[in-house]
Amino acid sequence: MAAIEVRDLHKYYGENHAVDGLSFHVEAGEVYALLGPNGAGKSTAVEILEGHRTATSGQVSVLGFDPAKVERDFRNRIGVVLQSSGVENEFTVREVIDLYASAYRSRRSMDDVLALTGLDAKADERVGSLSGGQRRRVDLALGIVGSPDLLFLDEPTTGFDPSARRLSWDLIEEMCAGGTTVLLTTHYLDEAEHLADRVGVMGDGRLLAEGTPASLIDGISGTLVSFQLPQGIEAVDAASIFSTVMGADVRVSGRLVEATVEHSTRVVHRLTGWAVSHDMELMSLSVTRASLEDVYLQLTTGGEPADA
Amino acid sequence: MRDYPSTAEMVVRQTRYQISYFFRVPVALFFTLILPLVMLVLFNALFGDDTVTIDGGEWSIRQFYTGGLAAYTAVSATYSNIGNMVPIRRDEGILKRWRSTPLPTWIYMVGLIGASVLIAFTGTILMLAMGYAVYDLSIVWAKMPAAFVTLLVGVASFAALGMALVSMIKTASSSAAVVNATILPLAFISDVFVATDQDSTLATIANLFPLKPFVNAFQDCFNPFVEAPAFALDKLAFVASWGVAGAVIAVKRFTWEPSGAAPRRGRRARQAAVDATA
Repeated sequence: MAAIEVRDLHKYYGENHAVDGLSFHVEAGEVYALLGPNGAGKSTAVEILEGHRTATSGQVSVLGFDPAKVERDFRNRIGVVLQSSGVENEFTVREVIDLYASAYRSRRSMDDVLALTGLDAKADERVGSLSGGQRRRVDLALGIVGSPDLLFLDEPTTGFDPSARRLSWDLIEEMCAGGTTVLLTTHYLDEAEHLADRVGVMGDGRLLAEGTPASLIDGISGTLVSFQLPQGIEAVDAASIFSTVMGADVRVSGRLVEATVEHSTRVVHRLTGWAVSHDMELMSLSVTRASLEDVYLQLTTGGEPADA
Repeated sequence: MRDYPSTAEMVVRQTRYQISYFFRVPVALFFTLILPLVMLVLFNALFGDDTVTIDGGEWSIRQFYTGGLAAYTAVSATYSNIGNMVPIRRDEGILKRWRSTPLPTWIYMVGLIGASVLIAFTGTILMLAMGYAVYDLSIVWAKMPAAFVTLLVGVASFAALGMALVSMIKTASSSAAVVNATILPLAFISDVFVATDQDSTLATIANLFPLKPFVNAFQDCFNPFVEAPAFALDKLAFVASWGVAGAVIAVKRFTWEPSGAAPRRGRRARQAAVDATA
């Protein structure tokens, strides 16, 4: 049985369709990432799955429960790391972990939680005295304190320094190795690429594309050709000049010219031929495979150049 | 898998948590427990051996103040404390975090309200003990059951009214203003700080609200002209009816999330949402 099953989910706020026909499923033990720009409906969708919001219409099943019923056994089996949620600042890390653990049937041991989240050294400090990144680790700690079967992570590493990010990635991977299903929302593409088994790209309240990070990248079938704008050509003219030369849609941002193309060999041949005949040097010319970022930008901006 | 902790265990734990939360927030501690004691000291220094003439005779002003301030402490610990602190926790997302756990929401409420009731009793007893030890407060034990019942009805009602107030406060930044605007002016015409003429217009206005009946019912237990057992049942019934109304509003309107998180109702708000996404 799938851990999460969402079919044709809608959530309307008056005329505003925050979620508009979303369907996807997450297998048990899978890490699924919802990617999308602000306002795409990710958080609304996740909050419906957590039982914090009710849907306007559609079917939702989470671990076999209907989250709208907010049953105690349902909450016992999920862990929620909310996007922005305070913790009692006047209590120590150890106290809040102990306090929240007391609500669950299945509790992870204090030492376990502290070690997993790297908070051992801060255990007896008040939450209010911690840095932003450390507080986010407390959020994580409170999310896993009940040994959840399903963990919701709403932008879990926003505000982390690189080492804290690595640490929480390790933690998430360790949780998954133990069979925990994870639903992650994130703005960081490298995070999705690193952690997720599958990625769903959301826009305008529905799923625009779905698949493993690798299959999504393969799916846009393209190669990124980029170079620095040569001397003597104005940025305003660059798009039309190079679109003609390369036979592709060209994006210009600052001094960087780039195009995602199908047949890179031919395009590069035409481009370099043109440059040689005009006695120009194309600085930083590079030909790279498209990244998840290109997939994301192409999908969420409707294929338009990002700076248009 | 273990069982859930028992209900009793969770209620005790939540109450303890809320009490220690209270004692770790200096501003709440000061305004609820310390300030009324400071007022008692000041009033005694200022008015010392004066007398006050109300309700059938002339009696010591200490007897009057100690009862009034003790009742006011009980209101501070429930109505003001809940009205000030709960919106802050709601805005911070602490209420939402608890709602994500398997703790039954009613147990959270029992802990919250139970803690403020216990703090109210502590504050009131502290006030009476200080009055007794330092300022010759005379306590007639036959009237103490009435004092206890009055206090119980009062704190329960004002806790319910505090929860109703929370449901009407939009953001934590306005909570202190709303709490004080609703309780302070009323306290001045409700025999807490100054004795009012019972036939005055101000007294008539004050009697429409629950503070004065509660304060007077509690003061009766320390008024030498009121015979034991000193139950003021009409006043208590009035206070309790306010409490029930408060509880109804609180149950209907209480939210666990900041008001910004849930879209506002009404056409203008909907239009704003549409414009924002356009």
